[in-house]
Amino acid sequence: MAVGSKKRGKGELWREIKKNKGCYGMIAPFMVFFIVFTIIPVVMSLPMGFTDFNMVQPPKFVGLSNFTTLFLSDKIFMKSIRVTLVFALLTGPVSYVLCFLLAWLINEMHPKLKTVFTLIFYAPSMANVYTVWQLIFSGDMNGYVNSFLINLGIINSPVQWLTDGRYVLGVTIVVQLWISLGAGFLALRAGFQNIDRSMYEAGAIEGIRTRWQELIYIVIPSMGPQLMFAAVMQIVSSFTAGTVAQNLVGFPSTDYKAHTIMTHAFDYGWQRFEMGYASAICMVLFVAMFACNKLINKVLGKYMD
Amino acid sequence: MAQVNTAKLHASNRQAGRRKWGSVAIFLLLAILGLFMALPIYLTIVMSIKPIEELFVFPPKLYAARPTLDNFRDMFRVLHQNRVPFSRYVFNSVFVTAAVTVLQCFFSSMAAFVLAKCKFPGGKIINGIIVVALLYQSNVIYIMQYIVMAKMHMIDTYMALIFPAIASPMGLFLMRQSISQVPDSMIEAAKVDGAGLFRICWQVVMPNQKPALMTLIIFAFQGAWNIQTGSIVFKEEYKTLPTVVGQAAASGLARAGVAMAAAVFLLIPPIIIFMLAQRQVIETMAHSGIKE
Repeated sequence: MAVGSKKRGKGELWREIKKNKGCYGMIAPFMVFFIVFTIIPVVMSLPMGFTDFNMVQPPKFVGLSNFTTLFLSDKIFMKSIRVTLVFALLTGPVSYVLCFLLAWLINEMHPKLKTVFTLIFYAPSMANVYTVWQLIFSGDMNGYVNSFLINLGIINSPVQWLTDGRYVLGVTIVVQLWISLGAGFLALRAGFQNIDRSMYEAGAIEGIRTRWQELIYIVIPSMGPQLMFAAVMQIVSSFTAGTVAQNLVGFPSTDYKAHTIMTHAFDYGWQRFEMGYASAICMVLFVAMFACNKLINKVLGKYMD
Repeated sequence: MAQVNTAKLHASNRQAGRRKWGSVAIFLLLAILGLFMALPIYLTIVMSIKPIEELFVFPPKLYAARPTLDNFRDMFRVLHQNRVPFSRYVFNSVFVTAAVTVLQCFFSSMAAFVLAKCKFPGGKIINGIIVVALLYQSNVIYIMQYIVMAKMHMIDTYMALIFPAIASPMGLFLMRQSISQVPDSMIEAAKVDGAGLFRICWQVVMPNQKPALMTLIIFAFQGAWNIQTGSIVFKEEYKTLPTVVGQAAASGLARAGVAMAAAVFLLIPPIIIFMLAQRQVIETMAHSGIKE
């Protein structure tokens, strides 16, 4: 904006705001709660990464020292970056594709079957039943996986799925995938349901024959917003994963094999009460997620237009 | 319309056979995958009705030989030992969940409509902030939230349970994405007819948003139902079911069985809501009314 028009610009802005006061009225109830319970806490938490804060004494400003410690001398943090990346790269895209394909295939079913299948696939993310996972992968012969494999003769003695460093990350990834058909999946289901039926008819006239063609030419182009939503949800759930590992393979996991960045933040925040350091860890993670989201937006945006 | 149908008929005649076999294949694929997906929930239910002595047999059985409700009885017995009557916890949970679900859906829908369909100063910034808020996960936020609530004297009240859950960026983002698909022409037409924003939102836009709204109800209900009161409410009178049931599950003798019973018990209401809402989603068949 030119400097000269600043004053006029201000008046214009004020006029725009007044003209749209209906909009502000509609958004106000949400924004009041959003500002008080999300924005203010977030803004208050931002400077914490630059402090030494133990929740008892007031935070002490320490500059960038949290970040230099993180990247230069915290070996376990480096390990957690690797675990998080492996975890996110394996679970994120796989479950994103699964969410979409399953939502699409369910959409082709008879209406009565749709509810049943949607429930079956969504239910694991509804119930945080880690106890049952522990029993399934239990290290003694009573574990379901062990007894199944022993009966088949594949293994002779029980495998320590939850404590053997070779398996903990794999088991965590399997369970994470199991519960990953969550918000993104349901949003996509809703999106499929909202596709205009006459689009399929029009497509049939224009020579679309197979389901596959329908998917490429009709379904995907009209699912842009839902695909975007599912992508964000998938980024959040795959990058911030940690609770699954903590509940399943214990904390800390054997040799830190399933130690994600979020677990690291939990360790410093709630075990050692070094909130400043934990906050710095979360900020690094946020930057990574933000960059990833920008990238996916670009890629998806290219396909949507 | 008739023309469309004949054209489709011709197309489908040739393809009908292949499509039918395709459907069978899809069903089989989903059924096999479904069995795998349902296993943990199924096992949870089975474990919850297994008597203690069956929990530790080898090889572990996929069914309960002598099903019993002992685990549920134990759970309720522990719950009834509390100073506060059990009905109070039920009321707390129902009240908090209902308030959060209704307010969240109501507020999010209106905000989402405006953010998706109106141009006004600040709108773009708010849209950006919503996504950032979704991505910014930090365990420090909860501390700050606690500080904010403490300053407003909300700790140990229903407000501490309800207010923070109302403005969920995820719910807003979901609705905004869905409403952005509504053609502008529909809204312009309503504006020409002299309808205000509130009326356009609830009488023109939202009736077309049943799938997204029902999905939001599922998320809101599930989130609110599972609110853990541990760190914001210390009075027994304000605790919710997940908190006390969790306590009961942790204190039982045969922990595995009682924990499963607790999980099954807590899962029933969200599943009922899920079934009801999903049926609404599936009944929606987008008609040509929403076309551009």
